[in-house]
Amino acid sequence: MRFSGRDPEDTQREIGSDVRNILRGKNVRNNQGRTRQENANPSSARRESEAEQRARLEAAREAEMRRRAEAERRAANDYNRRPSGRNGGRRRVKEDPEEKKRRLAAEKAAKKQRKKATRPYAIISYVCIGLFVLLIANLVYFNVYSKFSVLNSPYNKRQDTMAAYVVRGTIYSSDGNKLAYTSTASDGTDTRVYPYANEYAHVVGYNSNGKSGLESVCNYDLLSSHTNILDQIVNGFKGQKNPGDNVVSTLDSRLQDTAYNALGDYNGAVIVMEPKTGKILAMVSKPDFDPNTIASTWNELVADSGSSQLLNRATQGLYAPGSTFKIVTSLAYLRKHGTIDGFSWDCTGSIDVGDGTIHCYDGESHGQEDYTQAFANSCNTAFSQIGLDVGAQILTDTAESLLIGKSLPCDITASKSRWKLTDTDSDYILAQTAFGQGKTQVTPYQMLLITSAVANNGTLMTPRLIDHIENTAGQTVSSTKASAYKQLMTSDEASVLKSLMEAVVSEGTASALSGRSYSVAGKTGSAEYTKSDGTMGTNSWFVGFSNVDDPDIAVVAIAEDGGPGSQTAVPIASQIFEEYYSTH
Amino acid sequence: MNLFIQISKYIFILLMLLYALKAYTCIGQKNARKRNRKLASQTRIMYIFVTLGFVIIFMNQKKPQLLLLMAGIWIYFSVTQKLYKKLYPKSSMLLVNNMLMLLSVGFVMISRINLSEGVKQFIIAAGSTVIALVVPVIIRRLKVLAKLKILYAILGLIALGVVLMLATRSGGATLSITVGGITIQFSELVKITFVFYLASRLARDASFKSIVIASVVAALHVGILVLSTDLGTALVFFVTYVVLIYVASRRWQYPVVGIGAGCAASVVAYHLFAHVRQRVTAWKDPFKVYDTSGYQIAQGLFAIAAGGWFGVGLCQGQPNSIPVATKDFMFAAICEEFGGVFCIAMLLVCMCLFILIVNISMLIHNRFYKLVALGLGTEYAFQVFLTVGGVTKFIPMTGITLPLVSYGGSSVASTIIMLAIIQGLYILREDEGEELLEIQRKRSRGYAAGNRQ
Repeated sequence: MRFSGRDPEDTQREIGSDVRNILRGKNVRNNQGRTRQENANPSSARRESEAEQRARLEAAREAEMRRRAEAERRAANDYNRRPSGRNGGRRRVKEDPEEKKRRLAAEKAAKKQRKKATRPYAIISYVCIGLFVLLIANLVYFNVYSKFSVLNSPYNKRQDTMAAYVVRGTIYSSDGNKLAYTSTASDGTDTRVYPYANEYAHVVGYNSNGKSGLESVCNYDLLSSHTNILDQIVNGFKGQKNPGDNVVSTLDSRLQDTAYNALGDYNGAVIVMEPKTGKILAMVSKPDFDPNTIASTWNELVADSGSSQLLNRATQGLYAPGSTFKIVTSLAYLRKHGTIDGFSWDCTGSIDVGDGTIHCYDGESHGQEDYTQAFANSCNTAFSQIGLDVGAQILTDTAESLLIGKSLPCDITASKSRWKLTDTDSDYILAQTAFGQGKTQVTPYQMLLITSAVANNGTLMTPRLIDHIENTAGQTVSSTKASAYKQLMTSDEASVLKSLMEAVVSEGTASALSGRSYSVAGKTGSAEYTKSDGTMGTNSWFVGFSNVDDPDIAVVAIAEDGGPGSQTAVPIASQIFEEYYSTH
Repeated sequence: MNLFIQISKYIFILLMLLYALKAYTCIGQKNARKRNRKLASQTRIMYIFVTLGFVIIFMNQKKPQLLLLMAGIWIYFSVTQKLYKKLYPKSSMLLVNNMLMLLSVGFVMISRINLSEGVKQFIIAAGSTVIALVVPVIIRRLKVLAKLKILYAILGLIALGVVLMLATRSGGATLSITVGGITIQFSELVKITFVFYLASRLARDASFKSIVIASVVAALHVGILVLSTDLGTALVFFVTYVVLIYVASRRWQYPVVGIGAGCAASVVAYHLFAHVRQRVTAWKDPFKVYDTSGYQIAQGLFAIAAGGWFGVGLCQGQPNSIPVATKDFMFAAICEEFGGVFCIAMLLVCMCLFILIVNISMLIHNRFYKLVALGLGTEYAFQVFLTVGGVTKFIPMTGITLPLVSYGGSSVASTIIMLAIIQGLYILREDEGEELLEIQRKRSRGYAAGNRQ
């Protein structure tokens, strides 16, 4: 583009009055001008195109200053009598060096002034061009980064139109079993089939009456076809749909099976994850539903607010953490004191704190204990003292550093845990919070991530449900890799917590898991809650991991109203560990 | 059939890219023959684009009127180009081409969504083009245009007063008046008088007093528009005002104060007007208020995302799911069916049009017209920024149309007239160039004659 322009002022200043005079008789003179020029300069009398002439006029105008100076000199030297402006102007004439200097300086000054005169115009132009560039950059950014979340938005009904051209792809378990696939009837209607029915209801999700789970997250991939281009063209001619890409999940169908059966008739959730890779091997939530028939049972499912079958309790269920929270309190203690050595406590089964009394589970009294014993015995009175010692601030900081109350990395929808402790809360609330009652509510997924970080020397790996996307021929379209999400604690802190959790198995509440061919570390929880009928219930928790020095899997299990952790949750975890090590 | 559409979408992208490329190489091209060659190939691209577009729509919708409309557009193209070449050989043909290209994108997309709107758009565009043919003559002959400042101000304010009256009566829903089946949106036409007012006010006299008077009149314009809830246009006017004050006064302090005042005013407006707050919340997270004010933006984003880089193909998307797709959200509809690459090329063509407008503001000598050109250019650029930025969730949606492309009679008519004014300036500038040459020739002849004696 040309932003060369002549300043109005400097030209007008010199010849402004002439312009104004001439403007009046313009048309006549234009014609005359052209004729005169042709007469005077017969060599250039050939017809010029309108545009060429225009370009030359432009050039002439640009060089006007210089020509005038030369014309004056020519006149003075009586050098050129021809009344030709253009050709004569190109002749080089010897000029006085002084004069040349002066002329150059004048030209330079004129140029500078001209530039200065159009500067505001240029600035505005560039600013506006900047706006256009911003628009384009934003469009590029949208297409590179923001597009996918918009495409996968649950509100987005547009994806479904892709189903007119693409057969929705299959979701596989990591061991090659179909978890969801589309079967096309002879009349061309597609049906989504879930061979395992209720077992994967929450994690794989459903694809009618909205979408959930992997069906929702991978919607775009399942409806994109990366089959080879020739097939696509052939399909296009035949009017056939292209096969969509397949999603291979990280879920292990054996472990999912075991977890599903182990939870039995309890409501609750079980999740299994590899702490070193972030792969989620199993995710079960109960009560569940059959995604095959969801269209017909939808109204009942939505109306039944009591049991919330559609809710994925594994990632969205909020529970009091119970004693599993003592892992967090211990980390807070460690961060305050740097060590757990030197702690001792005499448990009498209950203690008065502020305006309330705290009891150990079932009123048991543990007697004299050090920190490890207090942790292994899951001693509430000891931990209420630890909580008071640590204080609300450090406890809050520690909880936040473990992502409690923050949004969690998760492929499917996950809720934030709730952390409500403040400095103004009473000692009683603080003490309760320290051993996992109080106002704190966590998701099972939250506790799994904390446990995995402990197992993996303090580093939380980004949890993954999707291993890779492949086309129908089995060629990988995209894949996920193990990556560290965040260092939640130092490896020293992690190793102390590990030893505490090992003691729970070797001498404490989870001793049922000791003496196996593999080592286990963990923590039980017996979280009391008020049921809808007003009576008290106890949720049974277990969090833990196996092969402590080089952890293989981390497990979280919660059985609603399952009694103490050792009674229900530990046996569930035990079955999962057994199944895992039956082949590993 | 599907395959044909799939191939055609790449052809569309290629055509638009090629067109944009020719447009930019044409700007810098001094050689007339080469330039004409580029202009001719642009013309060919326009014909192919419109033909291919309408054939595909016809294949999908099977309405014979589509083919008639296509023929009408062909005639419109050739007549417009011929008339400009004949009547105004000095006008910028690149400007004419860019105008026609952007119009044809609009014709295709509007007709695809709503044929009767497409026909209406075509008739208004053709009519405006014919009427606008007299504009360059007026610009060239009527020197008095630079002195009618009071007339511009009165015209503008009366027209906006009518808008305000309509807005208050309909609760902000209607900003236009319908006379004999033609809906006139006055704010579109005031865009031109507003620039003419500021230019005539400031061209001769950029003193403090003059700037104060200009500011009062501009504030009246903007204030009325804000009260009529036409925020987008109000913003366009405000920016144009700041730009012209800056350029005329050559003081950077004015825009700084102006932008500061603008920011303060928008904060006040945010707290004062519910509809401003609504737009900001919808911009921050349209999905949070999906059921209410976020719906439109969300649908627009779905459309753009569905289109991706290469689009879903003409007639393959669902632009109808976006409310007012042919007006404010035209850009989203085009993104969906033609794709992001096409839209980027189209934005480049819009930018080329802008460059042609401001370029004349730098080349022409007459100070009044310098300001007119820059003012109109700023209005154009900022309007594109507001609408495209709003649709792509870059800035809050202000409810303004994409000039020439979106459906809207008044918008198209005012933009065509605006471009005709710019053509007038191109012609005026050629005159200026010849005058200068004439002076120079006369002088050198005078010197020569003097020497002979």
